[in-house]
Amino acid sequence: MTFLWAFVIGGLLCVLAQLTLDLFRLTPAHVLVLFVVLGAVFGGLGLYGKLVNLAGAGATVPLPGFGYTLVTGIGEAVKTKGILGLLTGGLTAAAGGIKAAVLFGLAAALIFKPKT
Amino acid sequence: MAKVRKLSREMKQYQNMADQLRPGKPIVKNAVVAFFVGGTICLAGQGVQWFFMQHGMTPKEATSPTTVVMIGLGALLTGLGWYDLVVKYGGMGGSLPITGFSNAMVAPAMDARTEGFVLGVGAKLFTVAGPVVAYGLAAAFVVGLIRYLFMGVG
Repeated sequence: MTFLWAFVIGGLLCVLAQLTLDLFRLTPAHVLVLFVVLGAVFGGLGLYGKLVNLAGAGATVPLPGFGYTLVTGIGEAVKTKGILGLLTGGLTAAAGGIKAAVLFGLAAALIFKPKT
Repeated sequence: MAKVRKLSREMKQYQNMADQLRPGKPIVKNAVVAFFVGGTICLAGQGVQWFFMQHGMTPKEATSPTTVVMIGLGALLTGLGWYDLVVKYGGMGGSLPITGFSNAMVAPAMDARTEGFVLGVGAKLFTVAGPVVAYGLAAAFVVGLIRYLFMGVG
């Protein structure tokens, strides 16, 4: 069942982003920044967590999931470390993704030659 | 259209006529394509997550390795030149998933090889990722702080 919801919710998030792009005439980079921020806000409100429970990767694979990961990481770190968790929690939770992105990104950019 | 210039009445009339005749932006078509492309990528992500869950992880534990795999796939497909087509036709359906984030890092970095490995590849890796991470961290900090101040630890 999660598979169906992953497809539907993931698809709908992309539709929302596409409409934002087309109707407000933004660049893709602006839309991505906006959606990460929205993910953080709705994560803080506890709404995005419900979406993640329902749709799994349908909510965590799109970029708002990154904002959600940062906020939940902060929430958990604040519980154990107190106020310092505000600074350490976000990146700790997102460490795997960020490190992978930099490492794989660098490797791919060095290995492959651009097609002209 | 965007030019700021005084138009004579005839020019305005022509402009209006041209605007009416010009085919509308394919907003609906873009949205439908984004739905199916984005949905399919998320479905693939759910497949990867399912794989990790078969190996004894909870859904929450499986999220991080799934992200890593999807980023790796995005980087690989971008390197092969395939993911650019996904973005070209899928729009935000290709860009919003984390594979698109990976694409937004690799594609400019690859093109910048001629500018050198430090100021070319190294810097261009963060053209899109930089703003996303910066504002993501800032937003998460503010949200976390507000939650801490109003609800305390919990």
